[in-house]
Amino acid sequence: MKRFLARIYVWVLLVLLYAPVVFIAVCSFTESRVMGNWTGFSFKLYGNLFGGVMQGGSALLSAIENTLVIALLAALFSMLLGTLAAIGIHNLRGRKRNTMQLLNNIPIVNPDVITGVSLFLLFVFLKVSQGYVTVVLAHITFCTPFVVLNVMPRLTQINPNTYEAALDLGATPAQAFAKVLVPQLVPGMVSGFILAFTMSLDDFAVTFFTRGTIGLDTLSTYIYTDARKGGLTPELRPLMTLIFLLMLVLLVIVNVRANRRNKIEVEK
Amino acid sequence: MDKFIIELKHLSKSFDDKKVLEDINLQIRQGEFVTLLGPSGCGKTTILRLIAGFLKPDDGSILLEGKDLSDVPPYKRPLNTVFQRYALFPHLDVYDNIAFGLKLQKVPGEEIEKRVRKVLKLVSMSDYEERDVESLSGGQQQRVAIARALVNRPKVLLLDEPLAALDLKMRKDMQIELKEMHDKLGITFIYVTHDQEEALTLSDTVIVLKEGKIQQTGTPADIYNEPVNSFVADFIGDSNILNGIMVRDRRVKFLYHEFDCVDEGFGENVPVDVVVRPEDIYIMNRTEGSQFTGVVKSCTFKGVHYEMFVMTDEGYELMVQDYNAFEIGSTVGLIIKPQDIQVMKKERVCNSYRGVMKGADRVEFLGAEFECVPGDFKEGDPVEVEVDFRKVDLMDDKEDGCTYGTVASILYKGNHYFLRVKTESGEDIYSHTQDVWDKYDTVGIKILPQDIRIKKLTGDE
Repeated sequence: MKRFLARIYVWVLLVLLYAPVVFIAVCSFTESRVMGNWTGFSFKLYGNLFGGVMQGGSALLSAIENTLVIALLAALFSMLLGTLAAIGIHNLRGRKRNTMQLLNNIPIVNPDVITGVSLFLLFVFLKVSQGYVTVVLAHITFCTPFVVLNVMPRLTQINPNTYEAALDLGATPAQAFAKVLVPQLVPGMVSGFILAFTMSLDDFAVTFFTRGTIGLDTLSTYIYTDARKGGLTPELRPLMTLIFLLMLVLLVIVNVRANRRNKIEVEK
Repeated sequence: MDKFIIELKHLSKSFDDKKVLEDINLQIRQGEFVTLLGPSGCGKTTILRLIAGFLKPDDGSILLEGKDLSDVPPYKRPLNTVFQRYALFPHLDVYDNIAFGLKLQKVPGEEIEKRVRKVLKLVSMSDYEERDVESLSGGQQQRVAIARALVNRPKVLLLDEPLAALDLKMRKDMQIELKEMHDKLGITFIYVTHDQEEALTLSDTVIVLKEGKIQQTGTPADIYNEPVNSFVADFIGDSNILNGIMVRDRRVKFLYHEFDCVDEGFGENVPVDVVVRPEDIYIMNRTEGSQFTGVVKSCTFKGVHYEMFVMTDEGYELMVQDYNAFEIGSTVGLIIKPQDIQVMKKERVCNSYRGVMKGADRVEFLGAEFECVPGDFKEGDPVEVEVDFRKVDLMDDKEDGCTYGTVASILYKGNHYFLRVKTESGEDIYSHTQDVWDKYDTVGIKILPQDIRIKKLTGDE
């Protein structure tokens, strides 16, 4: 009886968690303009989405493009910056190291709205005209701490003698870094990249405050504006379903990688 | 003049404020197998890291074939290191690990292949080229690490406790193999270990270190048979270390008996340390013809010999090794031959410190204030303070003493313990005690006022 109740509880929880996503996914396979009305199964919305045949089609497509390009740029730069920062923090000792780790963790727990507003004020203060560049900079800013968080544990696993061994075998510090240190950090860097990519992808608050007035839209800001105009464009339903699937795949990749690594560690 | 491949001159190194190496001077010949031996924290690994170039000395210089290495970065030194935890590159397979150095030197591919094959054969790992290094056992990983260093044909191979992580059997096998490789290749080996047996087995020359200072340099036989001080004697092999008095040349008194010995030049009636190896004490069932007698307290079989503790009639406990077992409780006769008695100068005969008077009956030394017998001194006078070893009282509770410290080393001297206690001020105080303490115990230090001898410090000092 107890086990039965426990199982029911888990299922209720899962249904509550996934019902909205499943609802949108189901609604993406019908033609009704009004969300929630089932007018028979159809791929038409998917067709419209990929054909660009819809209301505000080109604006949506450019929003998608912006989102992906910004996410890739932010993930790439924050991966590089975060890795270097992690190496730097790792080589600090005692109090300095703890302080730096704390400073790295604060932006992570800081609410997005505050990050967004403060970046907005900073850009205004520095008289940087806001647009594409400021959004990318802002995204790099809030993604970097996540990369640091992913690379740090990797660094502690590395045998510090491997870097010295490379020097010993005739590698210059730069060669030792590139040929010995970085290859060992790659798994952490990739996890950090994927995490940064997803963080950037679903960001709304920071983008909203830093995109300026040039009419730059990412997916999240586009949907926000679209929904306020009265009713969601129906073609967004298949789009959201696809994004959900993409996230699911990325998540599975990250988890499988982590599992494989753990297994190797256990075997040793 | 002999040709030295490596010379260390007045090498000093501190970490933060702690001195790890003090004025190290060392000369190593081409082709020699040299071992740096000492307990953990003695600075042996630091010396190796200085030679490899991972650390810079605060003072002094390192010469390779007469040329100063000070400004040569580690990657330009023709030396290679085998690390304690192997430090193989986990993202490369066995072949690429070994080829790493050669590829950096832009050695042609064909030659790389030839040299890697050859060195793999040398370490008996020929079939493992493609293997992932993480899938290898500890012993195999160490072989790869040795191969990776040797393939570059270094002038000197540095080995930092390379066998410490292996089990006993594997360690013994690798010792033999290392020795064979050394003989075959003719490369100079500098080997760091805390295992005295390993040092004696492998080396041409052993350098015994303690707290950043060289204690003794010599062949394994020299170090074992003629240790220069009680630390070396205690660290290398089993030994009975006893207090003695050099009566005159070739005559020493210890265990309340006088013995003939072969040592000269200590002077007359000078306190000395005496070392007798347990296998050098002759033990027999009869007492006539013996130099002194005792009662067997314990007897343990050790494979080849028996190890016995014998309590002498005068109350000294001696370790004796013999091929025959002697019954516990039986009275035995004992003999020590003159050439088996190693006499060593005492490093110190009492504790002595610089101090300052803090009042007529207060003196400050060891970072604390002690009560003393009022004498001809006034406040602020700098003085020299002396305390006999047996007058230093150690207490369980650190609050009970005038100051406190931790037990840094323990030496059993037959009927008492000789302890070195590191105090809060960083200075050492030595105590002669009957009580049993463990290393790293925190102890209170108490000295009675009448046991503190105070002498005026002359102005020039």
